[in-house]
Amino acid sequence: MAKERGGLMENGLEGLNHNMLTGRLEDLVKWARYRSLMPATFGLACCAIEMMGTGGPHYDIARFGMEVFRASPRQADLMIVAGRVSQKMAPVLRQIYDQMMEPKWVLSMGVCASSGGMFNNYAIVQGVDQVVPVDVYAPGCPPGPQTLLHAIITLHTKIHDGELTRRRATGQGAGIVVEQRDGQFDSPVTLGRR
Amino acid sequence: MVDTPAADEAAPEPADPEPAPPALRHGVPVAEAPGTAVLHPTREQLAEVVEALYADGYLMCIDVTVVDYLTFGRRTAAEGDILSTERTLPGGLAPERFEVVYHFLRHADHDRVRLRVQVPESDPTVVSLFDRYPGTEAMEREAFDMFGVRFDGHPDLTRILMPEDWVGHPLRKDYASGRIPVQFKASADER
Amino acid sequence: MSTTQHDSEQVHDAEAAAAIGAVSTSEGRQELLGADVTAAAERLRELGAVLRVSEAEAMLLGEGADPNDETMIINMGPQHPSTHGVLRLMMELRGETVVRTKPIVGYLHTGMEWTGEELTYIQGATNVTRMDYAAPLFNELAFSMSVEQLLGIEVPPRAVWIRMLMSELNRMSSHLLFLATNGMDIGAVSMMLYGWREREEVLRFFEMVTGLRMNHNYIRPGGVAADLPDGWRSAVLRLLEMIPPRLDEYDTLLTGQPIWRERLQGVGTITTEECIALGVTGPILRSTGFAADLRRDEPYLAYDQVDFDIVVGTYGDCFDRYAIRLNEVRESMRIVAQILEQMPKGDYRIQDKKVTPPPRARIDESMEALIHHFKIFTEGFKVPEGESYVPIESPRGELGCYIVSDGSSKPYRMHVRGPSFVNLQCLPHMMHNALIADSVAIISSVDPIMGEVDR
Repeated sequence: MAKERGGLMENGLEGLNHNMLTGRLEDLVKWARYRSLMPATFGLACCAIEMMGTGGPHYDIARFGMEVFRASPRQADLMIVAGRVSQKMAPVLRQIYDQMMEPKWVLSMGVCASSGGMFNNYAIVQGVDQVVPVDVYAPGCPPGPQTLLHAIITLHTKIHDGELTRRRATGQGAGIVVEQRDGQFDSPVTLGRR
Repeated sequence: MVDTPAADEAAPEPADPEPAPPALRHGVPVAEAPGTAVLHPTREQLAEVVEALYADGYLMCIDVTVVDYLTFGRRTAAEGDILSTERTLPGGLAPERFEVVYHFLRHADHDRVRLRVQVPESDPTVVSLFDRYPGTEAMEREAFDMFGVRFDGHPDLTRILMPEDWVGHPLRKDYASGRIPVQFKASADER
Repeated sequence: MSTTQHDSEQVHDAEAAAAIGAVSTSEGRQELLGADVTAAAERLRELGAVLRVSEAEAMLLGEGADPNDETMIINMGPQHPSTHGVLRLMMELRGETVVRTKPIVGYLHTGMEWTGEELTYIQGATNVTRMDYAAPLFNELAFSMSVEQLLGIEVPPRAVWIRMLMSELNRMSSHLLFLATNGMDIGAVSMMLYGWREREEVLRFFEMVTGLRMNHNYIRPGGVAADLPDGWRSAVLRLLEMIPPRLDEYDTLLTGQPIWRERLQGVGTITTEECIALGVTGPILRSTGFAADLRRDEPYLAYDQVDFDIVVGTYGDCFDRYAIRLNEVRESMRIVAQILEQMPKGDYRIQDKKVTPPPRARIDESMEALIHHFKIFTEGFKVPEGESYVPIESPRGELGCYIVSDGSSKPYRMHVRGPSFVNLQCLPHMMHNALIADSVAIISSVDPIMGEVDR
């Protein structure tokens, strides 16, 4: 057993069997892509605080290879639109999106980014899908780290399955809506008992 | 910036049981509210009163905002409640559409003062307090952006919250809300 | 913008800079004389620290720039890695030195004051809570207290103490957020992780009590939404045991550290007179040595019944502001410990049928309770005509809510005086003649939250 599992030193080239992976090129590329997505910093409002919390030690987005938030859109793969997009910010959002290199994905975090949220008025763009194509919508106000991670893992799964490269043909986002995973606390808040 | 000396700093005159002239402070009618005194200067008196307040020790201007009284009282009238739709102000002042509200604070004894200045719709201008209180720069810009009230003497009266080329003043009561109709679909997978 | 104008400004700046230097180290800062503030106001005007040029003009200037021109206008933001939201700074640089700045805000304008006119008073807290999203309970508190002043009601003592407990814990979580982001901005990236670690623990307590980690909608007019659950005492005690030694760790990590000191001491200084002239409150004003804190000066809730110190700085620089916020966490823990001992029993909201909804269990039993529930949640309760302004001390300064009521169930006008909006005005004066690299430290020390700047 030890001889079989031994490496280069013990067994020569035969020992490398266990250290080599083979696969199709597309699978390896997809694996590299979704295992180290780099998010662009696009934290706008309250959702940005929860996004930073997801990067913190308790929820640790680094497990998924994503703790490196790139400030430069040229180096980023994923734009997490975290927060409400105002009329003044919409052109900036589009400009940042355009500067990102393909393949790129957009995750709309929170209800304000997904649909305008509770702010249905002159100031807020009613959903960032008016401006950029969105791949995953994460609901919540704000979505807690568990929901955000659920949305991110959904995106990872879709990248892994290769479905999302079809997006580029149509220019539309994948438009997947995930469910909210927060509020799983044991003792519920007892409203109006007394 | 006005250099006229402070107006008569009369002590509040005791109110008589019959309708009597209202109490005066710095020469303008004053009403009491919880935690603060409310002064009602006219636009012409504003610069003078502000100088008097500054000399009195109210060194910090806490807030500048505007209220648009266009539909005041009409909402409840529509609901069938009978409420007064005419506002009454002390000193027999004529209520106008816009009211610019200032809050001042005196740190020495933690006293607060509120000023309410009537501004007509036909000429929505009022003097800027920037010279005496540089901190009003951003607040007056916001008041201009949201209500269209101009501040004479402000160094840079441009929009601060809306994009610079926005048309209209959003917090006015006659501004269209921009609300879109929302249709709630029953099933979750339909987009 | 000709070169000659710059020369005269440069000369004037040197004198004015010397004048500032003289004032910031002088004695007697506690005495506030009118003449000094006048001098400060004049200095603020003449110093030319604020860049007043519209965005359109700035673009034109950029296009036709004269290569011999000494200064350059560059843009920082609104999307930049410093985690202070969507703040845009237009800076006029001479080499690496910042001459004038224009903070451009409005990228997060949400129309919350408009929304406040559309929602009833019981829904109002959901709207205001999203203004200062790092310290949401303070917004709710200011709004609720303003409504209660209009209603003329008094909340029961237990509600008051619960509000105070939640406020102080929220102050702690907000300052921990500051420590985290400040550390990361200066380069102590591990501080980001530590700050979030502590903050998570406090957020867990909030989730236990209010049901949400952020934007709680817990403090409502009339009291609080729900009573503290069983086990809250041990949860708070756990927080009080866990956080102090970790705070001491951060103190050791940062306070004496030479790089930290080099980057923060003497950077972004401002004087008391300038702060007062600009309307700046909160830790920035306290860092100049002026002890102004609404919890002590104009006590609200039950702050006059607890013992705590006001932390003030000396030099008005970024280091003072960091040290103040670190110690305010300790003071808040002191207050929380006292609240634990003194928490009274009783109702968690006022038992006024017209204002607070009935308990859910009673809706099945009583027709009257059902009607009240229905009316309060659909139409809302009516608030008498009048106006009110209530200021409270939020982690960023004086937060006030001005409400004008016309007698109906929705505010006629709701305006929130956000401290960050006014505090941002001190940025140009702090950044004047500082290096570009210091601008990140300065913005971070002002700790603006763009939600309450733009509303």
